[in-house]
Amino acid sequence: MLTTLILGLVLGGTYALLALGLTLQYGIARIMNLAYGELTLIAAFVVVAAFQAAGIPPLAALIAVVPAGYALGWVLYTVMMRPLVARSESRGRLEIDSILATFGLLFLIQGVLLVSFGANFTSISYLDRGVNVFGVSVALNRLIAFGICVVAAGALIWALARTRWGLVMRAVALTPGSAPLVGIDVNRVARQGFALGTALAAAGGVSVAMYQTFSATGGVVFTMKALVIVIMGGVGNVAGALIAGLALGLIETFVSTTIDPGLTMAATFLIFLIVLLWRPQGLFGRG
Amino acid sequence: MTRLLLPLAGLVVLAALPGFVSEYGLGLMIGAVTYVTLASAWALFSGYTRYISLATVAFYGTGAYVVAVLNEVLPYPLVLLVAALIGGAMALVVGLSTLRLAGVYFVIFTFGLSELVRQLITWYEVNVTGTLGRYIFLDISARGIYWQMLALAAVTIGLTAWIHRRPLGLALRVVGDDETVAAHSGINLARTKLIAFVLSSVILTLAGAIVSPRWVYVEPSIVFNPTVSFLTVIMALLGGANRLVGPALGAVPLFLTFEWLSANFPDTYSIFMGLLFIGVVFALPEGVLAGVDRLRARKLRAAA
Repeated sequence: MLTTLILGLVLGGTYALLALGLTLQYGIARIMNLAYGELTLIAAFVVVAAFQAAGIPPLAALIAVVPAGYALGWVLYTVMMRPLVARSESRGRLEIDSILATFGLLFLIQGVLLVSFGANFTSISYLDRGVNVFGVSVALNRLIAFGICVVAAGALIWALARTRWGLVMRAVALTPGSAPLVGIDVNRVARQGFALGTALAAAGGVSVAMYQTFSATGGVVFTMKALVIVIMGGVGNVAGALIAGLALGLIETFVSTTIDPGLTMAATFLIFLIVLLWRPQGLFGRG
Repeated sequence: MTRLLLPLAGLVVLAALPGFVSEYGLGLMIGAVTYVTLASAWALFSGYTRYISLATVAFYGTGAYVVAVLNEVLPYPLVLLVAALIGGAMALVVGLSTLRLAGVYFVIFTFGLSELVRQLITWYEVNVTGTLGRYIFLDISARGIYWQMLALAAVTIGLTAWIHRRPLGLALRVVGDDETVAAHSGINLARTKLIAFVLSSVILTLAGAIVSPRWVYVEPSIVFNPTVSFLTVIMALLGGANRLVGPALGAVPLFLTFEWLSANFPDTYSIFMGLLFIGVVFALPEGVLAGVDRLRARKLRAAA
């Protein structure tokens, strides 16, 4: 039981990190990014390739991959999303356009990944030795991945709640229409939000690469889980996403150890359905 | 009168075509007509309401799977009926739980639906029946499949045209333009969307059931191929999802292009597909037909 709890929390940490990035992109930049899981996979594959080819440890790669993710997000927003934002008169229109455009991006990135890394399942063995946590043996790589998630998520929540930069972000998330009245450049903030979300996706990818087995076609599952967490926690609600992410990790580990590993997706969907029927605004309300 | 005669004559010509083409040509024609059906059925709901469904293959694959499971137990027409009922029931569950909410919930739910159905069937087959993969032995020729699919395509387009003139069609268009206005003018939003979604899903399921004998061997990872959902959306968008023949116009050339691409560039296929999709979303958000209309209007204005 304790094993399930700890493994579930570790998995939940990665999910929470992924969901935070997605909720930033949707809440601040208003882009519903269906290619989010593919962005995560790019980072994961780069980390694995660097480890296998040059022996660069994932922790060192993290320092390069996260800023690269930020840069990629910045470019993606400027080149692809900004024109969509500019031409849409209403929020609904932008939602449809962004969903369609990122749906195309999903297949584009998937194709590039398939060509460059092949269709096989990949994993690396890095720091794969047991560490005793409350009497349970947990692989060190999982603990480090969890540590990354806690640090990144904690820093983000602190920055959003306590700094001036966070205040500006929240203002745009709340009322993009009135933010310009107090001198906020909405376009710039939205671009930052999207880029930061991509950076978090990259950090999530590093943590995935450290302890999970993944393949080039599995991005959809990450996107789906992150979306469910965002909706569970309440759109734009950062703390809600964190709690919901940990909860989903716990539930999934519980289902796969006690019922069947093949039913984790079904469990995710069941939770999604219950939340939609019971509290569509999210368990913790909008952020 | 010509509005009805011309399509009918076209249908007769299309139905007579298999007598003049090779086996390979017939295979291509079946594929093209299948995608015409899928894109038109998708547009029946998503074109008017602008609720983007990404779950085409969830229904299409379910249809194929029902045939795989029941083809030795029940006579063929009954199998089709069961497939339609199951597809309709699935659509009811999905629609009832998501269509009352904002559109984005629906998109997200349909986005993961095919993956969910695939995992559930795989789990069931492995744990309960103990076999993964089934065979379909039905005495239906390629021509038979072609004619059935052609009929389904004709029914789909006919149904779309009919709904367009009914109160339901008007209601759907208002919902697509502005839900608040629709609600204030007394339209029952949830019911309107649900009817269209169930109709469209039943057709998608039937398309999967009809085409399934072509596969012979069926397995969840084969029939729930996400590319099908993707192709359907891009075809309908390219032609114009809110036009009667738009989806069909987009389906035929794109199907042939993708067929050629997958034969010649199997590795980079999905890159082309993604690029083309993004191109359509940026350059032709309303479809080719709307673009043609705009050009014509500009020419008329220039002439005046």
